[in-house]
Amino acid sequence: MKRRLLLLMPLAIFLLLLVFFYDGLKLDPSLVSSPLIGKPAPQFALTELYDPSVTISNADMKGEVWLLNVWASWCVSCRAEHPVLVDLARQRVVPVYGLNYKDQREDAIGWLKAFGNPYVSSLHDLDGRVGMDYGVYGVPETYVIDRQGIIRYKQIGPVTAKVLNENILPLVQQLKEERPS
Amino acid sequence: MIPEIGHFALIMALVMAMVQGTIPLVGAATGVTPWMRLARPVAQGQFLFIVIAFVCLVYSFLMHDFSVLYVAMHSNSALPWYYRIAAVWGGHEGSMLLWMLMLSGWTFAVSMFSRNLPDEMVSRVISVLGLITIGFLLFVLLTSNPFTRLLPAAPDGQDLNPLLQDVGLILHPPLLYMGYVGFSVVFAFAIASLLGGRLDAAWARWSRPWTTTAWIFLTLGIALGSWWAYYELGWGGWWFWDSVENASFMPWLVGTALIHSLAVTEKRGVFRSWTVLLAILAFSLSLLGTFLVRSGVLTSVHAFATDPQRGLFVLGLLVVVVGSSLLLFALRAPRVKSEGSFAGASRETLLLVNNVLLVVAMATVLLGTLYPLLADALGFPKPSVGAPYFELLFVPLMTPLVFLIGLAPFARWKKADLPAMAVRLRWAFGCAVAVALLLPLVLGKWTPMIALGLLLASWVIVTIVYALVQRARRARELGTAPFAGTTRSYWGMQLAHFGIAIFIIGVTMVKGFEVERDLRMDTGDTFNVSGYDFRFDGVAEHSGPNYAAMRGRVQVLRDGREVVTMHPEKRVYSARGMPMTEAAIDTTLFRDLYVSLGEPVDNGAWSVRIYYKPFVSWIWGGCVLMALGGVLTVSDRRYRIAVKQRIKGESPAPAQPGAVALAAESHS
Repeated sequence: MKRRLLLLMPLAIFLLLLVFFYDGLKLDPSLVSSPLIGKPAPQFALTELYDPSVTISNADMKGEVWLLNVWASWCVSCRAEHPVLVDLARQRVVPVYGLNYKDQREDAIGWLKAFGNPYVSSLHDLDGRVGMDYGVYGVPETYVIDRQGIIRYKQIGPVTAKVLNENILPLVQQLKEERPS
Repeated sequence: MIPEIGHFALIMALVMAMVQGTIPLVGAATGVTPWMRLARPVAQGQFLFIVIAFVCLVYSFLMHDFSVLYVAMHSNSALPWYYRIAAVWGGHEGSMLLWMLMLSGWTFAVSMFSRNLPDEMVSRVISVLGLITIGFLLFVLLTSNPFTRLLPAAPDGQDLNPLLQDVGLILHPPLLYMGYVGFSVVFAFAIASLLGGRLDAAWARWSRPWTTTAWIFLTLGIALGSWWAYYELGWGGWWFWDSVENASFMPWLVGTALIHSLAVTEKRGVFRSWTVLLAILAFSLSLLGTFLVRSGVLTSVHAFATDPQRGLFVLGLLVVVVGSSLLLFALRAPRVKSEGSFAGASRETLLLVNNVLLVVAMATVLLGTLYPLLADALGFPKPSVGAPYFELLFVPLMTPLVFLIGLAPFARWKKADLPAMAVRLRWAFGCAVAVALLLPLVLGKWTPMIALGLLLASWVIVTIVYALVQRARRARELGTAPFAGTTRSYWGMQLAHFGIAIFIIGVTMVKGFEVERDLRMDTGDTFNVSGYDFRFDGVAEHSGPNYAAMRGRVQVLRDGREVVTMHPEKRVYSARGMPMTEAAIDTTLFRDLYVSLGEPVDNGAWSVRIYYKPFVSWIWGGCVLMALGGVLTVSDRRYRIAVKQRIKGESPAPAQPGAVALAAESHS
């Protein structure tokens, strides 16, 4: 009897895993839109990555259209999207702020040194609290935030040249043309 | 017209697969010989239709048929012909068609190389493969038809993802899929045996060459993928513990365990239900890999083509295939009793430890890979599960495993004399310790990890040499030629184990002694990295068939003598506007020089990354040796002899009298 139960174990483990897989499919990033879209971007006040004495908050970007890119030095996909961001930064169309998520300061700085720094400024979110407020699923993520500080778009996963040209840049253009109220 | 022929061929293949998956199976259950005999011709017909479909798709790519949606999305009129062929599996639909081609190819191979097996067995095996084929053909036809038309036709294609435009990628997916899908044969053997109720030594013997062959392809596929990531992604790493890499690594770990436990089952008749479970597990993990890659459940650098609807279908397939086989296992395995007995200290035990370590390693990888999913479902916080997690757990798991590689071939079956082994191996161990303590000092840097790596590698090498010397000596005592009784599978085992040592040396040296420099270089600047002077001669524009590039020139000198001129590039592929870094790499046996261009800084200055990577090619060299070891093993004549013996109704016994004396130390 004991042996029988033991031999049923693999099946039981598999069925348990299935539940998670099914759940995982529903959670698929490309299907889920962020509940935050159309809502004000959560408030934050974080230290600057390079200079811990400087604190940056939402108020500093007021009246601007800007991108918030969540990244980390431990994140492999971030490396994949990085050239696209560096390229974007060079065009100077829209300021990109980095949210350095659950990362050590020196690792993050070393990473930017190695791969280039596309960010106007990076905010250091060591314990991931701000990331949690923004509902970060997985790094990287990118938010488009308008002049009123409302989140208008969220990209989960790497920003590709295609996503940038077809979704993000046209939206940024449109948001820039909206009159500040 | 051609794409429609391809589509039709797929439908015909499905019809054939339906016959293949049912009639021989019923025949085997009811004992109707003609029904059983139907298995081979139907499987061969099915293979033919898949080949036709595949050729049609290749043809559409070569002819630039942009009225086929898949071609329009993954090819371009400027794409060279060899990349057009590789583009066939550059996207989801074509990958799945390649998967199908492999599956029916393996089925075809079974139908050709199974003449010596009983009809009942062959018909069950081919039928099980047919059932899997039905599932995947439905998947291709219903969710991912590569022959869907795009009307009106696109004027030009969108081009193949530049990351994939590379020689490594022409070969990487076919090899990997050959490995993944190859485990389906062992799986089918296991299911057929469970159905027929004969999990005996013969079953293990038949499964062994198929397992090893699939494992060879998987090993090469993973190595090639790692090599491709190394030179193509431009980061200088060779393994990232990325979810897709892990997906291919898990079946490899289980496959390796399976090779060893099949040996025990065949030789000693023990571990039977465990071996069957491993066979089911190896293929289940291959399917899981397909699910993870194709569903987009986990985001990854490999996320070239993901689609959640397809994920649901693959998940359904996973449920049917894995669920039903594990259920069958739970129902049938209790009847299986082990025959032999063995002492606590014996080769059986050592191989069992090997199996446990490999399966625990697999579970570690599985947990790490699925952690984001589990955490999400359970509402845990999501810390990063990255390389640090895997490396932390892998070293303590692999250290005893590698230690066993040196030990187990000296242990006897049934009951080993551990104290005597310790006496015999004490010099080998002493040698390894001496190397571990002294060699790093000679190389100029001693750290515990370098010492550990070298200890393990030299332990494996020294014990292999000792084993061979001993064999030659004993053969002399018996008056035969030095390695007369040594089988190819023994050589294969030692070569594969030697490959592991080479691999460990590569990893240890790269981790311990690599140098990475990120520099800002003006034209004419020279920097010294590890004794090499790198002179930056500036960047010029350059254009390829479907991209424009900035091409750097870096002259490398050593002691004033020119070593090599390197040309790292930054490319922009015109059709997609996608930037790509093309690193320049100079490889020799003992080191790689790796130069990649970063960003232009100002006035012609660039940020340049220079890596010095000692022994990095040994990592892949080790994998190639492992695969060659597998090839030697599969070519062993005893598989053929043994099969013929069974036909005559004899029990498999050690064949050559000269080998009896050595039997304790042969085959593992």
